[in-house]
Amino acid sequence: MATLKELCAREDRLTGGHRMCPGCGAPIIVRQALMAVKEPVVVACATGCLEVSTTIFPYTAWKTPFIHSAFENSAATMSGVEAAYTSLKQQGKIKDDIRFIAFGGDGGTYDIGFQSLSGAMERGHDMLYICYDNQAYMNTSIQRSGATPRGASTTTEPAGKVRQGKVMTRKDLTEIMVAHSIPYAAQSVAGNWMDLTKKVEKAMSIRGPKFINVLQPCQLGWGYPMDLTVELGKLAVDTCFWPLYEVENGVYKVNVKPKDKKPVADFLKPQVRFKHLFKPQNAELLEKIQSDVDKAWELLLKKEQCFGV
Amino acid sequence: MPQIVAKTGNEAMAEAMRQINPDVVAAYPITPATEIVMIFSQFVADGLVDTVYVPVESEHSAMSATLAASAAGARAMTGTSSQGLALMYELLPIVSALRLPIVMPEVNRALSGPINIHNDHSDTFAARDFGWLHIFSENSQEAYDNMLQAIRIAEHPKVKLPAMVTTDGFIISHCLEKIEMLDDATVKEYVGKFPAYTNLLDLKNPVTVGALDLQNYYFEHKMQVAEAMKAAKDIIVEVGKDFGRKFGREYGLFEKYKMDDAEIAIVCLGSTAGSAKAVIDEYRAKGIKIGLLKIRIYRPFPVEEIAAALEPMKAVAVVEKCDGFAAKGGPLFDEIRSALYDKKKKPLTVNYITGLGGREVTHKHIMEIFDELKAVADTGVIKELIQYKGVR
Repeated sequence: MATLKELCAREDRLTGGHRMCPGCGAPIIVRQALMAVKEPVVVACATGCLEVSTTIFPYTAWKTPFIHSAFENSAATMSGVEAAYTSLKQQGKIKDDIRFIAFGGDGGTYDIGFQSLSGAMERGHDMLYICYDNQAYMNTSIQRSGATPRGASTTTEPAGKVRQGKVMTRKDLTEIMVAHSIPYAAQSVAGNWMDLTKKVEKAMSIRGPKFINVLQPCQLGWGYPMDLTVELGKLAVDTCFWPLYEVENGVYKVNVKPKDKKPVADFLKPQVRFKHLFKPQNAELLEKIQSDVDKAWELLLKKEQCFGV
Repeated sequence: MPQIVAKTGNEAMAEAMRQINPDVVAAYPITPATEIVMIFSQFVADGLVDTVYVPVESEHSAMSATLAASAAGARAMTGTSSQGLALMYELLPIVSALRLPIVMPEVNRALSGPINIHNDHSDTFAARDFGWLHIFSENSQEAYDNMLQAIRIAEHPKVKLPAMVTTDGFIISHCLEKIEMLDDATVKEYVGKFPAYTNLLDLKNPVTVGALDLQNYYFEHKMQVAEAMKAAKDIIVEVGKDFGRKFGREYGLFEKYKMDDAEIAIVCLGSTAGSAKAVIDEYRAKGIKIGLLKIRIYRPFPVEEIAAALEPMKAVAVVEKCDGFAAKGGPLFDEIRSALYDKKKKPLTVNYITGLGGREVTHKHIMEIFDELKAVADTGVIKELIQYKGVR
């Protein structure tokens, strides 16, 4: 892995001065991911917070080639760029060694862009897709998505007098990507620079389709003080709400196994979206969320046991 | 040397694509356009082209990938029909706004619902406001010639707009006809190198494509598309004349068939024109002075030229395979009548909506239209402004 000193010497490909919220986890993910790539990179992005806040014409925060066209097609867009590169390279019209990273939020990835992502991964394009997963449609004011966890209050599935936020559990997109038999799929979290850098570096060393799902705490949508972004990411991992793991050619590796697995309430409590869960009448739902997390964690450990090194 | 060959419309368009030799093709199957990409895929498999073929999982992704490949400096193409085009609608105005000169064969097929696989023009007519050039073809020869010219037009520095070249589903797409094909080297020279106006792979000049464009700039950018569309008209005429000089088949904005001394005329698009010409010849033999104006370029709409050509007529019938459900006639009728509005002497103009969902437009239908139109011209009275011909 590149040392911190080496990383610091690399040019920032997403400059400051963009319009993302203070305390937003997304630019942390983007800057660290791009810093982990030595080669030139072309970036594609789905419509969403990241795109609208970094490309307000006539300004751009991107110091590397960037393309956006619509919401549901970041992966298909990158398929086209990569195909153009492959064609022009085969014809000897370009010489550079270029890498391709597509970004999408959870709405643009789990939901509306799901088909486009699945198709691009199946076709085997040489690209890395990074989902900055903040667990709801934050750009349009916190609507529920397929990534929203059970019990979270969103503006389209809010907690109220008779309902307690999202009824269903979230979609496990990382495992769905593993099921595509792509050479590399992983989960990381905003703020753990070492984990994300390692994973992006590994992804870049592999030819073919790669996917990294990065949990991105969102101060606006989750409802917490803006200086807690990195802390909440850490709590998501320490409670096993969001395990850090990777699957390389079918081989599972859990990167962080907390010595003292914290109760999931430690992660939920600082967030306004889960506030209602701590009313006495919702104790059962809170237990259910804990049991969901426990089961998923046990299953992941079993997968590592069965399909690990 | 040009060669005389037998080709269906789909084969002719696929051959044109082979000779254009695009860097990238991203496509998805849909009847009746599937054959174009099937044939082209075989060219890829046989190493006859330099193209990277992206077998996408939907037309939305087909246009997304084609758009992105074009923005990455590649000559990129796709092809589709009907529902496939409808799935692309979201991206069509993005392609024109990004000024990406993508050329797309489009085989006109009725829009669902009810589901139907046969020809009418509802699919591309619904896409008329997206900043694409629309070029209609009467037969396989025109489909082939239009594909080649579309590259020159779309990629022209004064145009830089995408173009769809259409044929009538099954009627042209699957009908075997004699066409003259140019040789590969001639086409290669004719289409030339792709001018990559936007190039994501130019690392020395990193570009942001598809930025958020708010109140301060959106209007100006749309204005540029409007101006490019205006400028395209002259380029289309220029390219059509040049094609005639080079290869013996000249093209314009529309074709006038026996219009010089005509008193009444019909206006139509695509394969209907072939039938209309046969009927006109019969009527002319009987001494009835009728003519045809066949629209080739639907976007940009050649408003002054059409008005000038129709002005001397006593009566005009606009025959079109689309109902815009505006309860006031089809889209083409609207535009033709609007074109004539500023003329002092206006022909009596009526509308016939025909052939929806592949209902055959027969010689008998066209004869009836001419007979009724002649009565309008003779009496000066329009009994029915909008009629549906061939519906039960």
